[in-house]
Amino acid sequence: MTTTLEEPREATPSRGPRRGPAAALLRLLKSRETGVALVLILIVAITTLKNPAFLVSGDGFRDLLVTPSILLVVVLGQAVVIITRNVDLSVGSVLGLTAYFVGTLFVAFPTIPVPLMFLIGCAFGAALGFLNGALVAFGRVPAMVITLGTLYAFRGINVWWTGSNRINASDLPSGFLRLGTQQVLGIPVLTIIALVALAIVAWYMHNTRGGREFYAIGSDPAAAELYGLDKTKRVLAAFVFSGMMAGLAGVLFAARYGTINSQAGDGFELEAVGAAVIGGVAITGGTGTVIGAALGAFLLVTINRALPVLGIPDFWQRAVVGALILGAIVLDRVLAKREHRRLIEKRDR
Amino acid sequence: MMSLERTYQDYGHPLWRRWLVNRESAIIVLLIAVLAYASIAVPKFATPATLTYLLLDVATILMIALAMTPIMITGDIDLSVGSMVGLSSVVFGVLFQAGWSIPVAIIAALAVGALGGALNGLLVTRIGLPALAVTIGTMALFRGIAVGLLGTTAVTKFPKEWTSLAKAKIPGTPIPMVMILFVVLLIAFALMLHFSSFGRGVYAIGRSKDAAAFYGVNVARTRLILFIISGVIAALGGIYYTLRYGSARGDNATGLELQVIAAVVLGGVSVFGGRGALHGVIAGVLLIGALSSALRLANVTADVINIITGVLLVVSVVASSLIDWVQARRTKRLNRTSSTPQPATVG
Repeated sequence: MTTTLEEPREATPSRGPRRGPAAALLRLLKSRETGVALVLILIVAITTLKNPAFLVSGDGFRDLLVTPSILLVVVLGQAVVIITRNVDLSVGSVLGLTAYFVGTLFVAFPTIPVPLMFLIGCAFGAALGFLNGALVAFGRVPAMVITLGTLYAFRGINVWWTGSNRINASDLPSGFLRLGTQQVLGIPVLTIIALVALAIVAWYMHNTRGGREFYAIGSDPAAAELYGLDKTKRVLAAFVFSGMMAGLAGVLFAARYGTINSQAGDGFELEAVGAAVIGGVAITGGTGTVIGAALGAFLLVTINRALPVLGIPDFWQRAVVGALILGAIVLDRVLAKREHRRLIEKRDR
Repeated sequence: MMSLERTYQDYGHPLWRRWLVNRESAIIVLLIAVLAYASIAVPKFATPATLTYLLLDVATILMIALAMTPIMITGDIDLSVGSMVGLSSVVFGVLFQAGWSIPVAIIAALAVGALGGALNGLLVTRIGLPALAVTIGTMALFRGIAVGLLGTTAVTKFPKEWTSLAKAKIPGTPIPMVMILFVVLLIAFALMLHFSSFGRGVYAIGRSKDAAAFYGVNVARTRLILFIISGVIAALGGIYYTLRYGSARGDNATGLELQVIAAVVLGGVSVFGGRGALHGVIAGVLLIGALSSALRLANVTADVINIITGVLLVVSVVASSLIDWVQARRTKRLNRTSSTPQPATVG
């Protein structure tokens, strides 16, 4: 008895996760987020060397930050949904429908204060997300099918409602449109909104009980339920949140572009899933961080903008994005396999 | 005997009832109802020309749905088919422009389809990645190469005899020639899926990969073959699409994958794998096609078709899931009451 008790005690120091600032730094350096960030910095650096206006000019810097912001907000919601082992293909349609709804409200009531409009947009998106979530959670149907259905339905409603109409910049209050170009301390307002949302969600997912429950449900739904977690409630919450973020992105879209036709946000679902996957959020759920997903969004958009500067015709953008997604998931898999082998060796030693 | 009947309620009913009351039959009945209603209510719907155009329009989706069905029955998915239609269309067009003869260009485009499918299949089976993630990546990759090769230009001016062949009707009928190709494919797929050990393996994989492997099914090889077939069929669809519209473009058939998957799921194939049949899938494709064509003839705008497709998809899967749930509950209750008085009859 005594020997069996002593053995694990001896092994404990080397088996537990290492602590201390040095180990934390090492973990940070080896993380996926750092890798994506390095690639991002590298691309910006190379492109800037080739054409300084890419970063240094006022417009270049602003575009570099503003263009990814809308995708970033959508990716936040998408990442949370994917972490619960679901997927939300309807985000592009929710974005478009919300953008048109907000534009129509502004045309009808030009005096609505802008912050209230943000709340209305979020609430509208959340309502659409609730519909998705309720169908997935209570209907016991895979999220992919439901959100594929609502992708069609929401877009159809949008086209039906909009017809060949569109909202023009001249229809929107100038205070609202100024948000799209305004800067605070050199940083565009839209980017600040996106980064604040990112900070809140990242903190919530990492530190709170609710956030950890998303991960638990995604990594093993059966075990999570056995443990007593309310899966239905959490999945519903993830979809409501994803809809809310897509709604927010719709408002940002309206502010940034001013023109809203029935095709706003078309194809965003794949960019959002792609960005999350590139950022290390595994499609099988339970792993990845929203910060990684946000970096993935930045990387995706920046590559698209950098390619023409580097002399690669825009037409090849999608091919590069596809190769990037494939590279990222293969890398993930290889690293996971190596980690798995290492853990087994450690256990057997 | 009694409790066995109640446990496996599917098999407890007589054969005629099992054939009539299932997902596939429901879709076929719905299809007939739509056709009947449209013939009465929509002027010009019940004409041979409508049938011709309906079949010409859905031919690509019909073909690709054939290959998507076994993939989804194994529990995988192939989102890259729409992009492969675009890529094969571009490869076909570019080679034709470079002076290759049409048959050789067709073979080359089919080979590209096989290669693309093999890439999907190898990433899924050898590296062990989820099909959803892989095919989202190749969907962007294939479309990107297609758009990269041709940019915004298009290859047209295909030989008249080929483009008119794509639109030709079987002499004396309103049915397009391409349906012959489709029927040949359908017979091949039906034999493969419903009448061969390979097909039984496909269903077994969808139920449980481990159990299928223990049973002797070569799981990795089966999944790889299905992805290659899917790539080839998508390439075939791309060639047909090009000839039908007389134009090879990088953005041909954008979003087609979603239409195919919607039709396949509507036709009763479970996204979890393990269940579905070709006749249901064909009815699903035709149902969406017939609805679109009837609504277009009734001057309803194309957007409403999107709403209907989406709502139909959601309602059909939620309804079948609810029916399963209710049946499972009923079975449980029946078992509870019957098992106590006569436990000996179970075996």
